Amino acid sequence: MEQTGAQILLECLFRENVDAIFGFPGGAVIDIYHHLPSYPALRHYLVRHEQGAIHAADGYARATGRVGVCLVTSGPGATNTVTGIATAYMDSIPVVILTGQVPTPLIGNDAFQEVDIVGISRPCVKHNYLVKDVRDLAWIIKQAFYLARTGRPGPVLVDLPKDILQAKTVPNYPESITMRSYNPHLEPNRRQLRKVAGLLQDCKRPLFYSGGGVISAGASEELTWLSRNLGIPVTSTLMGLGAFPGDDPLWLGMLGMHGTYAANMAVGHTDLLLAVGARFDDRVTGKVSSFAPAAKVVHIDVDPTSIRKNVNVDVPIVADCRLALKGLRDEIMACAEETDWPAKYRPWLEQVQTWQRDHPLQYVFSEEPIKPQFVVEKIYALTKGEAIITTEVGQNQMWAAQFSRFHRPRTFLTSGGLGTMGYGFPAAIGAQVAFPDKLVIDIAGDGSIQMNIQEMATAVSYNIPVKIVILNNGYLGMVRQWQELFYNKNYCATCMHANPDFVKLAEAYGATGFRVTRAGDVEDILKQAFAAPGPVIVDVIVAQEENVYPMVPAGAALTDMLLV
Amino acid sequence: MRHVLSVLVENEPGVLSRVVGLFSGRGFNIETLNVGPTQEEGLSLMTITTSGDEGIIEQIVKQLRKLVTVVKVVDLTHLHSVEREMVLIKVNAEDAGRAEVLRIVDIFRCKVVDVGHDALTLEITGDQNKIKAIVNLLQRFGIKELARTGTVALRRSMQMD
Repeated sequence: MEQTGAQILLECLFRENVDAIFGFPGGAVIDIYHHLPSYPALRHYLVRHEQGAIHAADGYARATGRVGVCLVTSGPGATNTVTGIATAYMDSIPVVILTGQVPTPLIGNDAFQEVDIVGISRPCVKHNYLVKDVRDLAWIIKQAFYLARTGRPGPVLVDLPKDILQAKTVPNYPESITMRSYNPHLEPNRRQLRKVAGLLQDCKRPLFYSGGGVISAGASEELTWLSRNLGIPVTSTLMGLGAFPGDDPLWLGMLGMHGTYAANMAVGHTDLLLAVGARFDDRVTGKVSSFAPAAKVVHIDVDPTSIRKNVNVDVPIVADCRLALKGLRDEIMACAEETDWPAKYRPWLEQVQTWQRDHPLQYVFSEEPIKPQFVVEKIYALTKGEAIITTEVGQNQMWAAQFSRFHRPRTFLTSGGLGTMGYGFPAAIGAQVAFPDKLVIDIAGDGSIQMNIQEMATAVSYNIPVKIVILNNGYLGMVRQWQELFYNKNYCATCMHANPDFVKLAEAYGATGFRVTRAGDVEDILKQAFAAPGPVIVDVIVAQEENVYPMVPAGAALTDMLLV
Repeated sequence: MRHVLSVLVENEPGVLSRVVGLFSGRGFNIETLNVGPTQEEGLSLMTITTSGDEGIIEQIVKQLRKLVTVVKVVDLTHLHSVEREMVLIKVNAEDAGRAEVLRIVDIFRCKVVDVGHDALTLEITGDQNKIKAIVNLLQRFGIKELARTGTVALRRSMQMD
C-alpha cells in the first residue's frame, strides 16, 4: 500500500523501537505531526526551544545507551539544534536529528525558513543526509540509526524536504544494513593484547586511564574485573565517571585540570598507562610533553583517529573497548607465570594511597555562606549514587564531578567535550523520560541554568519531576575564577547582576521552589525537594568567590597543581 | 614532505565538501585535488596531494577513512606509482620567440592546441618535474594564463623494491 513520506518516517521510527521524540513543530514538518497521533508508541515531548529538544534527546541517549531522537522544523528550528549536535558529537552520543526542509524545488532559492542544515552541520555530525527521493527514505532512516549507535557513536542528521514528506510510494523497509564504506573495526588484535600482558608483567606502576568510550561500549564490568584482580588503580576523565565504582579503594577520582592530587600524581609517575576509550584531551593532559612522562602507553579505542592524535602510543589497539578488555582478561588468565598480581603492584598502590591521604579533595566548611562543595556532598549522601546526576558547565560541573561519587555507568551526564552551558536541565528531562521512577538531579549554576530555563514549561507540562539544584554564587564562576587567578581580578562581565528570583520563577512555571542560605538547612530542604512530586528548583545561595581546586593552569604539567 | 593520496569515494552529493571540509576544519593543507568518476558506477576517485610530517599524514589518512562516504584511502607516496598532471599554458609567442617556443614544444613532446597571432596554447602532460621544467623555460616568453588539472596517480601493477 502506498504511504506518504511522513508515514514512512514514523513507521521507521516505530521499527527502530523509538519510544520518545523531543521536538518542536513548524511548517516544514507539519505532515509528520499530522500523522504522529497514529503512533501512540512514539511519545512526543514538546519542548520550548529546539536546543532543549536536542539536549533532551542526548540526555535520553546517555542515560539509556539507546539512540535519542529529536524532530525540528527547517531554518531556525534546524539551526537552533546545532549547539546540541556539536555537544553530542564531541562526546560521541548517538542521536538522530530529523530536520524539516523547504520543498525540493525551492532548495537554493533562499525560501522562507530555508537553511542549508546539511552544510551547516557537516563538521559536527558523524554523517548527514538530504532526502531527495521518497523511495530512499526508509533505508536512509535505517542507516541513520545504524551509524548513530555503532562504532564510535555520534549524531546523524536527516534533512526532510516537505514535498518528500508528502510524496507517496510503496515502502520497502530494509531489515539490515550493509555499507561498503563503513565497517567499524571491533575485534582486538590478539598479538597486541599479548604485548599488553607482557608489559603488565614488566611494569611496576600501572594505571588505568578510562574515558567515555568505556561507558559507550558497556565495558565497565571488564574494567572493574581487571582493576580489582590485578590491583591496578583507576582514574578517569570527566566523561568516564561512573564506569568504575566511586567507592572502590582503587578509585583515584578524576584526572586533569581539576583532577585529584592522587590521580594527577599517579599519571606523573606511572610506568604503564592503560588508556581505554579516552582521547587525551587538552583538559586531561595539560602540557602534553610532561603527560605520563615515565610511561609506556597502551591506547584502546574504537576510533583509529583518536590514537596518536595527541600523544605517542606504544601499543595501539583499535577495537571495541569491551571486546578489548575481555580479550586482555583472557590473555592474563592464560599467563600462568604471574599468580599474585596485586602483590606485585602493592608498593605502587601504597604510594598512590599516600598521595590520596596527603591531599584529599577538601574545602573549608562554613555555615553561612554555604560552600558549594558541601551541597554536592549532601546530594551524594542523600542519594548514595542511586540518582542520575546531570550538570551544567563550569564550577558546578567540576564540583559535581569531584564531590559526588558515581557507582554505575550512565548515571553522570555532562557536556564534557564542548562544555555547553544550558545542557544539564534539558538532558535531565531526557534522562527522566527514560527512567520515570529514578531521581534525576541537575546540579546547576545560576548562569548556566538561565540558558535553557524555558524548559521548566516542558517539565511542568509533562510532569517530569527533575530536581534542579542551583549553586547560586551570582557569578559566571569558572570565568571569574580564571579572572581572579590569571587576570588580576578583573571581573569583567562575569557578575550576574539582576538574577531572577529562582523560587518565584519555579512557581511562575507551576513548579516548586526552595531557597537555602544556611548549611544547617541544606539536608532538610534537599530531602523535601527530592520527595516533592513534580519538578523542583532548589536555589542554594553559596559562597560567591569559592574556587575549584586542585587546578592545573592551562598548559602546565599535571603535577604542577594549585592545591588551594 | 609531499604525499599523494588516492581516495575512493561514493559518488554522491556533498562528498567533495566532506573531504575538503575535513582538510580546512582540521587545518590540513591541500596542494592539488582532482576528482572524477571511475570504471565502477557510483564510485569516484580523488587524488589529493598534501604535505606534512608523518603524524599529520597519519591523521589525514585516518580522518579520511573515518568519513562514511569514503571507501578506500591509499597513500601512494611509499609505493611504486605513476603520477601525471596535465597543464594548459597560454604563452606569448611573437615573431622572434615563436620558433623558440615551438622548439621547446618539440623537445618536451607537448602539443599546440590553439594558435593566435601573438600567443600559443600548449598542452603538457607529465610528472611534477617535467611540468616544473617547462613552466620554468617558458617563463621568459611571458605566460599569459595557466590551468592545471592537479596530480592524478595510480599504483603500479608491479611493486618491485
